[in-house]
Amino acid sequence: MDFAFFLIQLLNGLQYGLLLFLVASGLTLVFGIMGIINLAHGSFYMVGAYLAWSLSSLTGSLAAAILLAIPLTVILGMALERLLFRHLYQRDHLYQVLLTYGLILVFEELRSIIWGDDVHGVVVPALLNASIPLTDNLSYPVYRLAISGVCLLLAAGLYFLIQKTRLGMMIRAGASNRDMVQSLGIDIKLIYTLVFALGIALAAFAGMINAPLSSVFPNMGSQVLIICFVVVVIGGIGSVKGAMAASLMIGLGETFGQVLMPDFAGMIVYVLMAIVLVWRPEGLFGRA
Amino acid sequence: MEKNEKSGYARRDFLLGSTAFAGATLAGAMLPTGMALAQQAKLKIGLMLPYTGTYAGLGVAITNGFKLAVEERGGKLGGREIEWFTVDDESNPAKAPENANKLVQRDKVDVVIGTVHSGVVMGMAKVLRESGTLWINPNGGAGAMTGEACAPNFFRTSFSNWQTTHALGKVLKAKGHKTAVFITWKYAAGEEMMQGFKEGFETEGGKLTKELYVPFPQVEFQALLTEIASIKPDAVVAFFAGGGAAKFLKDYQAAGLKGKIPLYGSGFLTDGVLEAVGDAGEGVETTLHYADGLDTKKDKAFRLAYAKDFKMQPDVYAVQGYDAGQLLAAGLDAVKGNVADRAGVIKAMEAAKIDSPRGQWTLSKAHNPVQDMYLRKVVGKENKVQGVAWKALADPARGCKA
Repeated sequence: MDFAFFLIQLLNGLQYGLLLFLVASGLTLVFGIMGIINLAHGSFYMVGAYLAWSLSSLTGSLAAAILLAIPLTVILGMALERLLFRHLYQRDHLYQVLLTYGLILVFEELRSIIWGDDVHGVVVPALLNASIPLTDNLSYPVYRLAISGVCLLLAAGLYFLIQKTRLGMMIRAGASNRDMVQSLGIDIKLIYTLVFALGIALAAFAGMINAPLSSVFPNMGSQVLIICFVVVVIGGIGSVKGAMAASLMIGLGETFGQVLMPDFAGMIVYVLMAIVLVWRPEGLFGRA
Repeated sequence: MEKNEKSGYARRDFLLGSTAFAGATLAGAMLPTGMALAQQAKLKIGLMLPYTGTYAGLGVAITNGFKLAVEERGGKLGGREIEWFTVDDESNPAKAPENANKLVQRDKVDVVIGTVHSGVVMGMAKVLRESGTLWINPNGGAGAMTGEACAPNFFRTSFSNWQTTHALGKVLKAKGHKTAVFITWKYAAGEEMMQGFKEGFETEGGKLTKELYVPFPQVEFQALLTEIASIKPDAVVAFFAGGGAAKFLKDYQAAGLKGKIPLYGSGFLTDGVLEAVGDAGEGVETTLHYADGLDTKKDKAFRLAYAKDFKMQPDVYAVQGYDAGQLLAAGLDAVKGNVADRAGVIKAMEAAKIDSPRGQWTLSKAHNPVQDMYLRKVVGKENKVQGVAWKALADPARGCKA
């Protein structure tokens, strides 16, 4: 591998890492900060992708589709929190696992009924549909770079929201002692509803903007679910910074793993996770 | 506890199976009464196919194809009415033995038809080897089924993974390509297709410069596309399917490789995804045992009848299901529906010449189709036939001693 290709692989790794952060960001919020185990995270990702596909074929524009779809997913998130999740906060995590596993099946079946079982493509917006030539036979799609930009913005926004705002402070306080926060006169129920809905919307948003790259197909959610949990666990539960570090680590590890040790590429992520957990059981940036 | 019960079942069943077999030969000796009885009862056919999940569409196409073949024979096979049994295998290998047992032990079917997923196929093989039930596999291409795990009662009407890429070696040579890179998922089907291509290409004096693997079922190809750009082979050969195939074709174009390094593949790379990929598929050449625009009388009639019955267009899976019906009919016709004459059915199926929409084919010794592999090229939304890449290609059936 000469130096130019090394740099390109570095870029691939960073870009893939940012993409992972995007996909895992909703889970970081819901699992990492609210402490809800949401196995249906991948399903919301899938719902977002299918919404992007069906709405963009209706309106003819991905941007319009995303603008339309985000309010829909926020409403979906709020409704699910009110009707289902709210009743499980005080219970054992196993109840959440059971509920969200059930949701996976429900969403998968609904997807089959509403949208069918075919593979669909989403067109890259014309404005971003270009490639930058890197070598004589390789170029880099502009849309991928644009996604990386969105990921960085999102990461900064999430970090700011949780660490620097009053709302973020209440969320963190609520996560560590719900009753105390409530008795201080804060409407913790409302905050939880909002944050949960935001988490769902983030998962769906990731599906939407990733749809032109990944295509839209059945079971696409289960593909991202595991890697999302790995990101949150390596990064340290409750840490946006950690999730970002873990995403980049996995992105680079996978990219160079596939090139340098192709036979073990499938294991690399889990080896990384095992090493990190032995060294720091609470994750890279987690609180012990 | 449950485990004990299961192995107990298996043993009992094995004994039961062997007595039934002995009984059948005896019944054969007392032919008149035996046959009269057999013809009154309905023939029990068990369909074990995916009806939910990613492969649900394939399961439906195979079922439709099979039923069309039966319908063309007045709803009967070998002159017998049919009683259908259906199990949704969910493409779940872990449940394969249990699901196969539902058909074999609970429903006592005469024939099992299934399935799509190769992992499930290998799970079924364990059960059906012991029970000896007649089995026609209308898709799953695992080499082992008609290789080291072959058996007299195992038949396949689709392809072996090896077959779908082997003819590409000749194709690449004819185009003047001397080096190639193969990229696929790291799992059994991908590795078997890689092997099929490698053997075909090296026989022609070509060199497979590198084998690139993506962990299954991941769809992040960027690192390996960069690798391809740095290797600069004459051609790239790929196998992915479904959503992965759609993404690969689009990524290949977005990386700027399309038009610089020609892309070839197993036919599954471009089957069922052309709507999704826009112009990213245009010009990609693949080999498979079926294609659009074959334009034979049989294919036209089949397509018309299928579209009329099921209000959708048939695909390669529908053809494989249809041929499973035709193969079973050939076996049962020869014994006039007396499925208890197992040896007679198997002998007739082995000798059958199937007049398929894909063209005529026969079975190899290991019970896999010996068939023409077509070279196809993506033109618009179709995999247009370009010609025959390999006439009557047979799988090597390594390790099959039956």
